[in-house]
Amino acid sequence: MPSFTYPEKNELERFVAARYRTGWVWQVIFLSALIIAIFSLSALLLNIVDGAFGYVAYEFKKDPLTISEKPLDQLNQQELIALLQANLSRGAYNKLNNEKPMESRSQGELYNLVIERIIQVKTLQTYPLFRSLFEKAAIEAEVSERYPGARLEFRSWLSPTFLTTPQSSKAEFAGVRTAVLGSLWLVGIAIAFALPVGVGAAVYLQEYANKKSFISRVIQTNINNLAGVPSIVYGMLGLAIFVRAWEPFTSGAMFGITDTNGRTILSAGLTMGILVLPLVIINAQEAIKAVPDSLRQAAYGVGATRWQTVWHHVLPNALPGILTGSILAMSRAIGETAPLIVVGASTFITIDPQSPFTKFTALPIQIYQWTSRAQSEFQAIAAAAILVLLGLLLTLNATAILLRNRFQRRW
Amino acid sequence: MQPANNTQYAIETRNLSIFYGEFEAVTNVNLQIEKQKITAIIGPSGCGKSTLLRAFNRMNDFVPTSHVRGEILLQGTNLYGKEIDPVEVRRRIGMVFQKPNPFPKSIYENIAWGARINGYKGNMDELVEQSLRAAALWDEVKDKLKQSAYALSGGQQQRLCIARTIAIQPEIILMDEPASALDPIATLKIEELMQELKRNYTIIIVTHNMQQAARVSDYTAMMMLHGDTRSGTVIEYDRTDVIFTRPKDKRTEDYVTGRFG
Repeated sequence: MPSFTYPEKNELERFVAARYRTGWVWQVIFLSALIIAIFSLSALLLNIVDGAFGYVAYEFKKDPLTISEKPLDQLNQQELIALLQANLSRGAYNKLNNEKPMESRSQGELYNLVIERIIQVKTLQTYPLFRSLFEKAAIEAEVSERYPGARLEFRSWLSPTFLTTPQSSKAEFAGVRTAVLGSLWLVGIAIAFALPVGVGAAVYLQEYANKKSFISRVIQTNINNLAGVPSIVYGMLGLAIFVRAWEPFTSGAMFGITDTNGRTILSAGLTMGILVLPLVIINAQEAIKAVPDSLRQAAYGVGATRWQTVWHHVLPNALPGILTGSILAMSRAIGETAPLIVVGASTFITIDPQSPFTKFTALPIQIYQWTSRAQSEFQAIAAAAILVLLGLLLTLNATAILLRNRFQRRW
Repeated sequence: MQPANNTQYAIETRNLSIFYGEFEAVTNVNLQIEKQKITAIIGPSGCGKSTLLRAFNRMNDFVPTSHVRGEILLQGTNLYGKEIDPVEVRRRIGMVFQKPNPFPKSIYENIAWGARINGYKGNMDELVEQSLRAAALWDEVKDKLKQSAYALSGGQQQRLCIARTIAIQPEIILMDEPASALDPIATLKIEELMQELKRNYTIIIVTHNMQQAARVSDYTAMMMLHGDTRSGTVIEYDRTDVIFTRPKDKRTEDYVTGRFG
């Protein structure tokens, strides 16, 4: 064999160095890709956090000191009622009293009423978090110049109150309670539909159907493609089928509920369920595929039927993977906006969803609606609502992961 | 279980050919497997040994395109008859696989599961103990029955798989290279165990290891690719000492003496 086939010794050193150099270049490229990804995600998060906290310049229509000697939040129920009676017009007071008698309202509710109806906070300007932190003096100067008499306060738009109060037309009093509950209902219905149907379909495709047959190949290709169909198309489907064609069922008319039309949580939840179904099927199929064949053979070898093999061995071993798939499905369902708009989510609604047959709103809808408002305080609560959405997503995912780890008994 | 009619052989094949789609993997096999003996199937790689073995308990059914021509008779009944349920066949003809494949469950459950799904009604603890004793594993695991089967060594796992098979009380045990993934000591234990087991069971073993076939088996079937179709068939079947000392076929002699394959 001729010796010049490979580089000579001195040449070899250079050759090896060149190989290391190429490797190093690629390593740097991969690292920068990672850095770009981390940078974009951080920028996204910081941008949201920036909007959700910060200084607020506001003024009172009526100064609390002029109507009460004690600070308002220290007044008891009777004093607050007296305050309302004294400062509201007779008609306005009676209207409120008719909605819900004053005596039956809690101190917190009355306090909110006083703030909302008498004090009437008016937000003049909001400032983002980072400006608030680093340019406090400039903000103070700007406020005293442009809004004489205004108060400046650091405010976290994301607060326990924000989570527990329903929607309001005034950003200062608006909350996401209705939207969060709506989103939870939606995801619940979507998963309750998609998980059993999706896992069932996956089990059939993997364990029963002849994978080489023309029909199952067509079905498989279609499922893969359906996972990529734009969500608005599913919205159209939901509108045509669940909202219109199945109206007696989805509006609850079948069950004696008469005050709604088909635009209910149930319609939206089922639409979301169909939307995530291909995702659930594909993930469940992958999980089932990952169960080693030796395990199936072991079960068949001791005389198990196909069903016994699937139920006792394949499904338990695929369960962690199936749950991972449902986590992805949940994440998708909770963030989808387009199909909800088509199916007809209400943008302004203050009553908690009580059953699947109620009108609803969801977090993405709420965020969309708030971001489209011009006032800066609505931008701030939109940012806060986005944080709630992210938090909700993380909570749901963490729950699913905990569940998965519980089921995943390692042998 | 009493045999339906008192046939001489544990199981026999008549003109058995096995196909994967159009491809004829095994051609025209006629074997009479003796009761309570160990029969080894030897031959070079890819000659259809495992295919033939899997035909005995219809494990080939899981390959969608596979089908057979000819008959396999168990107590005079054709296992490929229309009225035969493959699940029933697999209960009567147990199988031990090449790689130990215990269930991802406890040692106890590994044995109890097969018994339970087959409707065993007796005392489960007793069955587990007897099966483990029969597989020469009881002394090693009696204190850790609730522990994972995966914590056992490879050889112990394989003996657990044998115990699992014994627990459903089959008539025949098929072994597909049961020791190929094990070290020599674990292999020896399996071989000793097979000698114990043949008092009660008929054993058919596929092996690549010629010494193993010579050591453990009473009968040996030599398989080889054959003819224009290059499909596997049994070229010689006789008592093991005959196959290894005075084979009639030149190809068998070349193979067992190591001049080929």
